[in-house]
Amino acid sequence: MSNRNSVVASVIGLWARDFRVLRRDWVPTTLRTIMNPLLTVFIFTYVLPRTGQRLPTAAGSINLATVLVPGLVAVAMIFTAIAAVALPLSIELGATREIEDRVLAPIPLATVPLAKVAFGAFQGALAGAVIFPIITLVPATAVHIRVASWGMLVLMLLLSSWTAAALGLFLGTAVRPQHIGLMFAVILTPIMFLGCVYYPWASLSSIRWLQVVVLANPLVYMSEGLRIALTPDVPHLSAAASAGMLAVLATLLTTAGVRGFSKRVVV
Amino acid sequence: MTAAVQLRNLRKVYDGAPPITALDGITLDMAAGTIYGLLGPNGAGKTTAIGICTTKVRATGGAATVAGLDVAHDAVAVRRQVGVASQAITLDRSCTVAENLYYHCRYFGLAAADSRDRAATLLERFLIADRRDAMPNQLSGGLAQRVQLARAIAHRPSVLFLDEPTAGLDPQSRLALWDLVATLRGEGLTVVLTTHYMEEADRLCERVAVVDHGRILAEGTPAELKRDSGGTAVVDVALGDREAARAALDGVSGVSEVHDTERGLRILVSADGGGVPRVVSRIAEHHLTDLKVVEPSLETVFIRLTGRDLRE
Repeated sequence: MSNRNSVVASVIGLWARDFRVLRRDWVPTTLRTIMNPLLTVFIFTYVLPRTGQRLPTAAGSINLATVLVPGLVAVAMIFTAIAAVALPLSIELGATREIEDRVLAPIPLATVPLAKVAFGAFQGALAGAVIFPIITLVPATAVHIRVASWGMLVLMLLLSSWTAAALGLFLGTAVRPQHIGLMFAVILTPIMFLGCVYYPWASLSSIRWLQVVVLANPLVYMSEGLRIALTPDVPHLSAAASAGMLAVLATLLTTAGVRGFSKRVVV
Repeated sequence: MTAAVQLRNLRKVYDGAPPITALDGITLDMAAGTIYGLLGPNGAGKTTAIGICTTKVRATGGAATVAGLDVAHDAVAVRRQVGVASQAITLDRSCTVAENLYYHCRYFGLAAADSRDRAATLLERFLIADRRDAMPNQLSGGLAQRVQLARAIAHRPSVLFLDEPTAGLDPQSRLALWDLVATLRGEGLTVVLTTHYMEEADRLCERVAVVDHGRILAEGTPAELKRDSGGTAVVDVALGDREAARAALDGVSGVSEVHDTERGLRILVSADGGGVPRVVSRIAEHHLTDLKVVEPSLETVFIRLTGRDLRE
């Protein structure tokens, strides 16, 4: 077997293992994936409108449900990346050293974290897809999804799921198991609330400093990029800015994650 | 005889304040098809040496080859040649016993059907077939270590590295594991194991290197090492009057060294020709409260070389 073939065979083995674990845990995984979007959509687009409270949406005539769709897809990806990549990796690199058997496979060291990112991205894309049935069934008002370009949708989904999984890899290698709770509080909470999920980036123009600060948040480009692909009528960043920044951030996070991984497994 | 493992002036310094020198220039040849033991107390550098041979640790200096392959430059090829079972249980907690073996084979590029066959064979051979669907957390220490051993050889490596394989196991599990290791060696596998159990090194290993503070203090077959230490027995005594006892031992034939210990004295004496009884009769009247005699063994070799017990 040539070297490249044997690396491919090993990577398929790594994915087969991850897929097996995913299949065994499909009930908790599904629950974990749908709870946040289901309740967000339920409260913001069903309960609040029906109780007569009007949420101002900066997007003018566009209803909040439509604004929410791309943001929730992006959040589902981030959630999944943390749950599917960061948390298990943090544990497997920690006291149990469970990762060791995969690190000792006859493949270049970077293959293991890269395979993790690829599988995390795949899981993230699945999680993102779960939003669509929820958003068509729950809201009291109609949602306006219009895919102007399928190529754009595929591009944005790929870049977004890659960025999310790379963030998962980076956090999984950088955060020790005992600091997981802290990571949720000080990293994930700001990412979620300042990620242009519940409002388009353009609507922040009235709070200029915040509009600038949130540009450091990868979730902003995921939400905005998916907005371009799914709800082009909502104001959004340009496709070039979103796609470009996602590619840059995903590359940086992947590189830092692979480096962090190598430092943890080979001393 | 060809060397399965060659270490040449191997050094490892771990970064930190202060930096820790784990290996301080180790040179060793381990012959193919033998069981080689690295014997030493915790922190001696044994695990680091195995880590370098299995590509988990980067050497600071020197070179190591496994099956003729340089571990620093040919890490991927080396990983095909080595099997590893570490002291800690590193089984995949998200997978069953059978899946641990199956996916290990997949990581090494075996096709799905071949991996299934190999896993089934190993489950039978290592007598773990009835626990095939158990999760690793449900296994006893001895059983988990046996699964690790099965996993370590699943891809048919040429050198098997066992890091303290029996630490923390009950005597029965330890004997069972020794039998397995001896069988594997009989099939032509080279086995390198670290241990701080003298008996393990004595019973199982064909050659032993005594390691302490990252250096090799002695190397040879267990019989050679015991012979070289001159058949010395170690007599540890607790007594009330250390100075008087020391004086009493003056000129007793066979006594080679006398050291102070916390509770009394440690006397190194030739085991032949009644050396031990002579020592005991001389110091019996000096408020002797406790007595321990260690017959000539690898343990006395180690005490003689380092002045310490392995367990200290």
